[in-house]
Amino acid sequence: MKILVSVKRVIDYNVKVRVKADQSSVDLTNVKMSMNPFCEIAVEEAIRLKEKGVADEVVVVTVGSKACQETLRTALALGADRAIQVEAEDGLDSLSVAKLLAAVAKEENADLVVMGKQSIDSDNNQTGQMLAALLDYPQATFASEVVIENGEAQVTRETDAGLQTLAVTLPAVITTDLRLNEPRFASLPNIMKAKRKPLEVKTVSDLGVEVGCNVSIVSVSAPAERAAGIKVGSVAELVEKLKNEAKVIS
Amino acid sequence: MTILIIAEHDNKSLKEITLNTMTAATQIGGDIDVLVAGENCGSAADAAAAITGVRRVLVADHACYNGQLAENMAALIETLASDYSHIMAPTTTSGKNILPRLAATLDTSYFSDIISVESADTFKRTIYAGNAIETVQTADSIKVMTVRGTAFDLSETNGSATIEALSTVTDLGLSSFVNEELAESERPELTSANIVISGGRGMQNGENFSILEKVADKLGAAVGASRAAVDAGFVPNDMQVGQTGKIVAPDLYIAVGISGAIQHLAGMKDSKVIVAINKDPDAPIFSVADYGLVADLFDAVPELEQAL
Repeated sequence: MKILVSVKRVIDYNVKVRVKADQSSVDLTNVKMSMNPFCEIAVEEAIRLKEKGVADEVVVVTVGSKACQETLRTALALGADRAIQVEAEDGLDSLSVAKLLAAVAKEENADLVVMGKQSIDSDNNQTGQMLAALLDYPQATFASEVVIENGEAQVTRETDAGLQTLAVTLPAVITTDLRLNEPRFASLPNIMKAKRKPLEVKTVSDLGVEVGCNVSIVSVSAPAERAAGIKVGSVAELVEKLKNEAKVIS
Repeated sequence: MTILIIAEHDNKSLKEITLNTMTAATQIGGDIDVLVAGENCGSAADAAAAITGVRRVLVADHACYNGQLAENMAALIETLASDYSHIMAPTTTSGKNILPRLAATLDTSYFSDIISVESADTFKRTIYAGNAIETVQTADSIKVMTVRGTAFDLSETNGSATIEALSTVTDLGLSSFVNEELAESERPELTSANIVISGGRGMQNGENFSILEKVADKLGAAVGASRAAVDAGFVPNDMQVGQTGKIVAPDLYIAVGISGAIQHLAGMKDSKVIVAINKDPDAPIFSVADYGLVADLFDAVPELEQAL
């Protein structure tokens, strides 16, 4: 079977973001960018399914500007077979991204789509669910274990209350939680080999999708700063402060 | 404005976070209905009918809604959607699973985890792990969103809404519920507790969390954890506080052996009072803590328990 994995290029998770002075967005100039951590887990899972003989081909796709090709090359170095870049402006809304991914999934006739549960920039946690809806596929979100057999996927999901196991028919969309696996590192020989793997560029009009949404960002502002407090010298002093100054315990 | 709230419940009882969502809906204004979908969910429906200000409670009681499968739930809500201007659910794993699917089905946008209602079409939400707040406005006719529980007060429960049973059955047969492993706890729920004590990598192992539990018992607190503690296998994932875990905003948050990475702060920095106990005086957690204690947690935490 064929697995389609979608990946996103985002600000590196260790970077402390700065809001632009005009409050139009977050400042991304000269900031380190990387593959979204949840997407790395999705790539890893697809490659493991290939190594187990469950999948024959892993195709990785991204929607964004030319700079996103480096994210695709990273996925190829990790073991994906080929890549597709859907050329579009960065920061497209999730529903448009889901529509573009749905068009790619149909063209590729993928049996399974694996993607991260959320990107650490917009924190939406929506594209996978939207993609599943557009394709009329079942969805298994926040997956921490995936077992594929007999044309269905048994997926254990991380929920508020604990763990839930679902069986979904294939084709399906699975979104990954952090606990699904530990992504591998790309070795230098694999990074070199990845440069020769096929990378196809498609345009939005190739896919016949109309992008654009009714949402406008009015402003982006920095959250209220929390002032640092005081250091106390002992547990006794801490308890005294909590009781008499902060009055949060009695 | 007509608003539909998707109730969060476990069939027997209504989850408190539904009441926070009701407050957000009240700020938009208009008629507010609540959908309770599940199996044998009559008592949850009764609890929903008691929420002050609810017009009607719609009940879909059928085996196909057991486990609130996203496919069946989104299909059910789709049949009701044309009557509503806003469809809201609490930000829980269930709400986040179902509502984006619904939004795509309706070809409308979805707002995740809103923290404020500016007007009927303008909302605030956090991005970049809580390091920026975005104000978004939509021209879509149906607005679909999840609501951060800790950002809104609880609504009152002295109402008596009418209860209507829905006959629609939307079993798509795409997925099925296999089983569930629920984490058992006597303590208050993490997301609604007034006091939370959390442990990080500094706890060294799962057994050591018992010293936090002793303090939690004295304070009536919930116990949380950082991602490091969850990834190391010390405690289960449903205890994780942070960008990808639970968002909490208790009166008192005690961080023990937690360095204070961006991803953890995203889940707790709206707490009223933050206490940090860490032996590293340079740990980033001290930059947000109201009270910091530089000490070995294995001395300080038992001492704290004694002092309470």
